[in-house]
Amino acid sequence: MTNNPLRDPRDRRLPRIAGPCSIVLFGVTGDLARKKLIPAIYDLANRGLLPPGFALVGFARRDWEDGTFAELMREAAKAGARTPWNETVWEQLSAGIRFVPGAFDDDEAWVRLATTLRELDQQQGTGGNHAFYLSIPPGLFPTVVSKIDQHKLAVADQGWRRVVVEKPFGNDLASAKDLNQLIGNVFEDDQVFRIDHYLGKETVQNILALRFANQLFEPVWNSNYVDHVQITMAEDIGIGSRAGYYDGIGAARDVIQNHLLQLLALVAMEEPVSFDAASLRVEKQKVLASVRPPTDLDRHTSHAQYTEGWAGGEEVPGYLQEDGIGVKSRTETFAAIRLDIENRRWAGVPFYLRAGKRLGRRVTEVAVVFKRAPHLPFEHIDVTELGHNALVMRIQPDEGVTMRFGAKVPGTAMEIRDVNMDFVYGGSFVESSPEAYERLILDVLLGDPPLFPQHTEVELAWQILDPIIKHWSRKRRIDKYPAGSWGPQSAIDMLAADGRTWRRP
Amino acid sequence: MDITLESTTAAKIARALSKGRSEAGSPAMDMALTMVIIAEEDNVSEVMKAATVLQHEHPSRVLGVITGSKKRDSNLTARIRVGAGSPGESVLLRMSGQLVEHAQSVVLPLLLPDSPVVAWWPGKGPLVPAADPIGQLAQRRLTDAERTDHPVDWLKKIAAGYQPGDTDLSWTRLTLWRALLAAALDQTTGTVLSGRIQADRANPVGVLLQAWLECRLRVPVEFVHTPGPQVACASLTTTEGDIRIRRTDTMTCEFSVPGSSSRIVPIRRRDIAELLAEDLRRLDADEIYAETLAHLAKDSGRK
Repeated sequence: MTNNPLRDPRDRRLPRIAGPCSIVLFGVTGDLARKKLIPAIYDLANRGLLPPGFALVGFARRDWEDGTFAELMREAAKAGARTPWNETVWEQLSAGIRFVPGAFDDDEAWVRLATTLRELDQQQGTGGNHAFYLSIPPGLFPTVVSKIDQHKLAVADQGWRRVVVEKPFGNDLASAKDLNQLIGNVFEDDQVFRIDHYLGKETVQNILALRFANQLFEPVWNSNYVDHVQITMAEDIGIGSRAGYYDGIGAARDVIQNHLLQLLALVAMEEPVSFDAASLRVEKQKVLASVRPPTDLDRHTSHAQYTEGWAGGEEVPGYLQEDGIGVKSRTETFAAIRLDIENRRWAGVPFYLRAGKRLGRRVTEVAVVFKRAPHLPFEHIDVTELGHNALVMRIQPDEGVTMRFGAKVPGTAMEIRDVNMDFVYGGSFVESSPEAYERLILDVLLGDPPLFPQHTEVELAWQILDPIIKHWSRKRRIDKYPAGSWGPQSAIDMLAADGRTWRRP
Repeated sequence: MDITLESTTAAKIARALSKGRSEAGSPAMDMALTMVIIAEEDNVSEVMKAATVLQHEHPSRVLGVITGSKKRDSNLTARIRVGAGSPGESVLLRMSGQLVEHAQSVVLPLLLPDSPVVAWWPGKGPLVPAADPIGQLAQRRLTDAERTDHPVDWLKKIAAGYQPGDTDLSWTRLTLWRALLAAALDQTTGTVLSGRIQADRANPVGVLLQAWLECRLRVPVEFVHTPGPQVACASLTTTEGDIRIRRTDTMTCEFSVPGSSSRIVPIRRRDIAELLAEDLRRLDADEIYAETLAHLAKDSGRK
C-alpha cells in the first residue's frame, strides 16, 4: 500500500478507501445496529468509501434467510441514511450481505459462520479480513469472544481480524480489567477498537484543531488565566425505552466515564508529539493519570434523580414512575463531580463535570471560564454586569465556538456588559458532513486507531470514578430535581461552595 | 429576503447586504469564502442554484457577475439575496457599457475581509485565468473545459498559462475514477507494465486520466477512441494480471483486479454542486493536477 505509485501524499482528493473486508455484526436486531450502523455502512458505500466486494454478515437467533435479512437491512438503511437513496448502491452492497442464524453459544452456528467467511473470501474477495462488531449487551461478551477464539476466527492465515466493542467498557475498574483481559486474550491489542462515538464527532476533533493549530488560545490555556472548566452533557429526554440498560448504570457510568472524561482529556492534555494514535494516547493517559477525585465527596459531588414535572411544555413522569424502573431504584439520572488535575498546567483549576437526563435542553459543551482581569480601571458600578470571559466549545447541537467577553454598552456612560461572539461550526453543513459512526467504521476497516480509546484510558477513567460511585452507593438517599430543570440544589451548592456558579448552557 | 438595486454602486450593495443581514436577525454570519461566478444569461439560473446548494457545505458570499453589451450606457444592477433558506448570501451583478471592462472594480469592495476568494467560470473561461482581472482577485480559479467547443485542445492551451490555484472541473470529475484505480493498485502486488483508456477522443476527463496514469506510473498508456459521453474503460496490465474498470452503465462499473472475481461498484456522475464542493475543500494549489496538465501539454507537443 505504501508504494502504490498512484497515491501521493500531496493528492488530497483521493479518498481513503478500505481494502476488501467484511463486518460480522452481532446484535443486528438492536437499536444501534438499525439506527446507526446499517445507515452508516450504506452512507459509506454511497460515498464510494467502502471497498468493492465489501461484505456484511449478520449473526442472530432468528430464522432468516440471506434475503430476509438483506430486506430488513435495506429498510433500516433507507430509514436512517443521511445521503440520498440510491438503489444501485444498495444492490451492490446487498450482494455481500449474508445471514447466519443461531444462538451465540451454538457451535454449529459458529461452524456455519466460519464457512460463510471462507465463502466470502472466495466470492467477494474479502481476503481473510474480517471485523467482529459486538453490538450486544456486555453480559454476552464472554460467550461470543470465547466462541470466536474456540472456532479460531480471531487468527487468520492471511488478512486481519479485528473486534469492535461499544460502551459500556465494564461497570467499574475490576470489571473493565476483566473485559480487557477477556478480549486481550483473543485479539491483539491493536486490533481491538473501542467505540466512543463522541470521538468520531467533527466538533470533538475540532477541540484539538482549536488548541493546537492556533496561537491565540494556547498561551492562556493554563492555571494562570483559567479559573475553572465546566463540561456539560445534558439531555432533555428521559430514559425512554432504555430502562433495562440504564437502571443500575446511571449517568456517571453511562456518559461521564467515557464521553465526559474523554472531553476532559482532550481539553486538558499537553500537545502531542504528533497526531498518530500512540502519541495522542500517551498524552491522554498522562492527563487522566493526573486527575484526582475530590477529597470531600459530599461537598464536591452531586447525584440525583428527576421527579415528575413539566419539561418543554410536556408533563413527564419522574424516574421512579418510568416503565421498568423499581420504586426503590437509587440509580442517578444526574451526576456532577469536581475533578482536579495535578500538574503544573492545571493545579488549582477545578474541572466540573455534569451529565443528566430531563434537563433544561439537549446540549453538550465545554466551557473554559477565565479569571477576571487582575485590575479593572473602571468605577465599580461600571463593571457590575461584567462576568468572567469564557470560551465555550459547543459539541452538540449548534456545533461551534462562543467567546464571551465584556464590551461597552453604547451610550455616554462607560458601562461594560458581557457579549457573545459566535462561530457556528458547520451549523449549516451538518447534513453532508459524515456521521460519527461513518468515520469510526471507516477507521476500523482502515485499521486507523487515533480515535479509539485504548484499555489503559478506560481503566484510568474507572479509577477516577470508582471511589465516587462507591461513595454514592453507600448513601441511603438520593437528591431529586424536577424534570426540565438544570439539576438538583446539591449541584448548585457544590459550585457555590467554591464561590462559582454553573453556566446556563 | 430579496433586494433589487438599479443603477447602483458597490458601496450601496455592501450597505444593502449588511442591512439585509441585520434584518434577517443575524448580523454576523460565518462565511468561509467569497465565490465569484462569471456567468452568462443562459446559464445564470443553473449556476446560481448550484451555488446555493454549495453554500450548505461551504457557507459563502456568492457574487454572480453577468457582463452585458458594451455598447449600452454603463450601468450596474444588483439582485441581493440574504437568508431565504440558504446559509450565506448572494448578489447577482448585471453590468453593461464601459463598466464591463472594469467588472473587478465592483467585485473588489464586495469581497469578504481576509477570507479566500474563488472564481468560477461555468461557461467558457479565460485561457490564462490568473491573468484575468477577476481571476487576479482569487486564490482558486475554476474553469470547465467541458463547456468549450474543443475541450481537449482547450485543456492543452490553458496548460501553458497554468498558475497554482487553477483547476479545471474535468479534473474534479476524474476523482472517482482515480480513487478506484488507486484502490485497485492497493490490492495488487504486481508492477504496472502498461495501461489503456477507452473514451471519446474529445473527452477531457479521459485525456486527463491518460496523462495522470502516464505521469504517475511512467508506463505507456494507450488511448482507444470509443464514442460516448463518459470514460468507458480503464485497464492496467501488471505482472500479476490485469486490473480493469469498465463502465457498465451511467451509475456503475465492473471492477476487476488480479486474484479475485470481478465486482460491480457504483461510480456515479456527480452534479456540479458536488464537484465544486470537492474543489473547495482544499484551497491550496493542486500540484498533482499541475503535473498532470503539464504532462498533457508536453505530450501533445511531442506528437
